[in-house]
Amino acid sequence: MNIPIEYYLILSGFMFLVGVAGVLTRRNAIIVFMSIELMLNSANLSLVTFSSYMGNSTGQLFVFFVMTVAAAEAAVGLAIILAMFRNKLTLNIDDINILKW
Amino acid sequence: MLNNFQEFYNIIPILLIGAGFLISLLIEMYFKKSDVILPWFTILIFLAAGFHALYAVNSVSVIFQNMLATGGIVNIFYIIFTFGAAIVALLSIDYIKKYGTYFGEYYILLQTSILGMMLMAGAKDLFMIFLGLELMSVSFYSLAGLNRKRLKANEASLKYFLLGAFATGFIVYGIALIYGTVHSTSIDMIASRFYELSSDKLFIAGILLFLIGFSFKIAAFPFHMWVPDVYEGSPTTIAGLFSTGGKAAAFSAIIVTLGVLFTGRIGNILMPYLAVISVLSMFYGSIVAISQDNIKRMLAYSSISHAGYLLIGLAAGNSFGVAGVIFYLASYTFMNLGAFGIVALIEGKDESNLTLKSFSGLASRYPLLAALFSIIMFSLAGIPPFAGFFGKYYVFIAAIKSNLTWLAILGVLSSVISVYFYLRIVVLMYFKDAETDLKIDVSKTGLAAVIISVLLVIIIGIAPGTIIDLIAFFFK
Repeated sequence: MNIPIEYYLILSGFMFLVGVAGVLTRRNAIIVFMSIELMLNSANLSLVTFSSYMGNSTGQLFVFFVMTVAAAEAAVGLAIILAMFRNKLTLNIDDINILKW
Repeated sequence: MLNNFQEFYNIIPILLIGAGFLISLLIEMYFKKSDVILPWFTILIFLAAGFHALYAVNSVSVIFQNMLATGGIVNIFYIIFTFGAAIVALLSIDYIKKYGTYFGEYYILLQTSILGMMLMAGAKDLFMIFLGLELMSVSFYSLAGLNRKRLKANEASLKYFLLGAFATGFIVYGIALIYGTVHSTSIDMIASRFYELSSDKLFIAGILLFLIGFSFKIAAFPFHMWVPDVYEGSPTTIAGLFSTGGKAAAFSAIIVTLGVLFTGRIGNILMPYLAVISVLSMFYGSIVAISQDNIKRMLAYSSISHAGYLLIGLAAGNSFGVAGVIFYLASYTFMNLGAFGIVALIEGKDESNLTLKSFSGLASRYPLLAALFSIIMFSLAGIPPFAGFFGKYYVFIAAIKSNLTWLAILGVLSSVISVYFYLRIVVLMYFKDAETDLKIDVSKTGLAAVIISVLLVIIIGIAPGTIIDLIAFFFK
């Protein structure tokens, strides 16, 4: 039984929108960061889908690059979040507001 | 086909910086005097890479299984990045001691970020765009928050990281949709199939997501919220790099990926998007900059409005416009580095002396600094004999050639508004008495960096024709 490509694309689009909504509405820096990872993973899902339906392996290769880079980004990002928490003892991005015009 | 030796010869700038940062790691580890050696080594690497790019500007080729392009426009971008970064490194020698503790990582991250920019400018495949972008951005996130004890720096790097990673999400999703419709990640394939796919909704959605992601990186209006905060919180020299190298790299990625739109062979279907965000950024940047009291925030809003002028050149969508954008980027890089350089010289311990008040009466005590800063402000405002004027001129002429006269008129109006806040500083420096008791030890290397950038601004302003002809010759 073959699942049509649209199903995967709709799922991936939905995941992407959940990620965007999470970034825009959540106030905790870690949860915002998790939502960003969700966006990257939704892109990975569509890359794999296209790759498998076209019989072209470039997309799957790209997913490996995205995962590796996302891991590097997570390392730097969590370090930044940790440095912030040490100084301020909060991760609520509404409280992180000394820079304002 | 080129042989292997020729391929490696053409990417010597990239190899030099790649080897340079590995050697810098060793210098940092094994030499006690690394804080003296490392800055000069970094500058040497950047200059060597820049001069090689200048020397080999004619060796146009596509190498490594269609992954990288060399020569021509790519080398012109290399020259902008490496010379800009050399000026930043020269400025930093005394600045980072004043700013806080000395960190060897500073120069290493500077080199990796420039490597990322160069991969973006030379990309022939979306793989390279993505890897270069991430190499640049991850280095930038850590550079912004390098002094981890300082709350402002933490906040700047957190904001930069969250919004930068958000933008990356858009870019990756855009790349996924482009790959799904074009069936390849090669930029040549995208260019050759652009016309037949321009009615495919999925493809257009992919291109738009890609552009939205890069609109964050170039700091255009609806995606600009991070810019003032990040520039204010990060070290001044690094803020200079964000506003020049980062912006130039993002523009280079847009130009190489969507280059087919700007050569006039097919219509510029993205014109409405580019024109709208260009007008919004120009006016928003110029108007909000007027109300700023902190000089770094003022320069941040001026950077937003400059992103707007640059987008006019892309909206025009002819090869003349793109040549104008590259010329504008070159002149903007050196004048903005000069501006941030002067701010870095005047800045005291713990981020003091950053308000506009500190600049009043500067001419009576530090006449050289005041004169240099006035030249830079005239150039940023676009007043004729300097480089900034010709950048705007070429971009506006390109818009008129594409029947976008209204866009050029709005651009001129916005630069008239921006003259107010640039010249206000000149007036403060020359016609007001000092309001604060400003005492600074002007660092020699920092002053040299500022003088070099001002000289480059004047040289580009004297001979704009030769430079624009060179760029236009390569952009066919």
